[in-house]
Amino acid sequence: MTFKPEHEIHKRRFSRNLGVGTVLGCFVALVFALTVVKVTNGDMMHANDAPGLLGSTQPIVPKP
Amino acid sequence: MADIRSFDDMKEAGFGDFVQLLKPRVMSLVVFTALVGLLVAPVHLHPVVGFAAILFIALGAGASGALNMWWDADIDAIMRRTKSRPVPAGKVEAGEALGIGLALSGISVVMLALATNILAGALLAFTIFFYAVVYSMWLKRSTPQNIVIGGAAGAFPPMIGWVAATGYISVEACLMFMLIFMWTPPHFWALALFMNEDYSQAGVPMLTVTHGKKSTRKHIILYTIALVPFAIATAFTSIGGPIYLAVAVVLNAEFLRGAYRIWRRDEDQAAADKYKVEKSVFRFSLLYLFLHFGALLAEAALRPYGFGGW
Repeated sequence: MTFKPEHEIHKRRFSRNLGVGTVLGCFVALVFALTVVKVTNGDMMHANDAPGLLGSTQPIVPKP
Repeated sequence: MADIRSFDDMKEAGFGDFVQLLKPRVMSLVVFTALVGLLVAPVHLHPVVGFAAILFIALGAGASGALNMWWDADIDAIMRRTKSRPVPAGKVEAGEALGIGLALSGISVVMLALATNILAGALLAFTIFFYAVVYSMWLKRSTPQNIVIGGAAGAFPPMIGWVAATGYISVEACLMFMLIFMWTPPHFWALALFMNEDYSQAGVPMLTVTHGKKSTRKHIILYTIALVPFAIATAFTSIGGPIYLAVAVVLNAEFLRGAYRIWRRDEDQAAADKYKVEKSVFRFSLLYLFLHFGALLAEAALRPYGFGGW
């Protein structure tokens, strides 16, 4: 298999393509960072963190 | 034939030309005022969320800049100040500017709403609509009050920054809005006094074109007087303090003095020294806004150490 010789437009548009690629990469990184911050809310929360709820990490203390 | 060869004669737009579509200089003012609005708010955002908020507010401002360049390509080509912009220079097609403007508007509004809150996103959407439709399409070419009402578009960023952090509109946010809103007319009219030729050739009904320079000089002093109470009142809210008050008193006194000097001059005096006073007031007006917001930032920065605020 042989690659076709590079068209002149690939050279001419290199800066534009590089710029768009970099911007998109940064956007993906930002959305990922936002997701991490939103999900963890600044610290590692536990879902349903109230005693007795499904998935709670706090033990249920039986009433005496 | 619409194949790749037909584009060979066109001036190729580089990535930088598309960045120019977003008016980076206007964007820098938007970033600064929005950042101050966000940082002086009593609620502290996570740095990543704060960064995203500022980025998308700036992107929204850029989007409205691209829409403005699409709509105003015809008059931009006439005015000396704007004829090297990407669309009139033939580097970017008007349709491309429209596409980029619309796409970035949608992205910035949705992302700001997702990153912070719906009200901030809605305010950004309204700002873009206001600048692109109300100012660019409607007011700019129809009334000499164009920049008075259009100035609202530039006044929203600190309010959006505040709302992004807190989720509500407050008296502090409104006063920051009013500070820029009332500052815009004297700032642009001082520019229009010595750039008059440009606007009259393009047929833009600037006050200097429709009512003459004498009337414009009177408008500058009146609007500057109206600006002062808003600038001073901000000192007595939760974001103000003695540093801001001191800065505001000095800056407003100087701005009033400059407006008074413009008002007292006539065209012969101005032409004789090549609009020296008008140019210096225009430059000072930029410093005026920068230092007001800088003082608000200083108050917020010093508060943890027991200095900022009352």
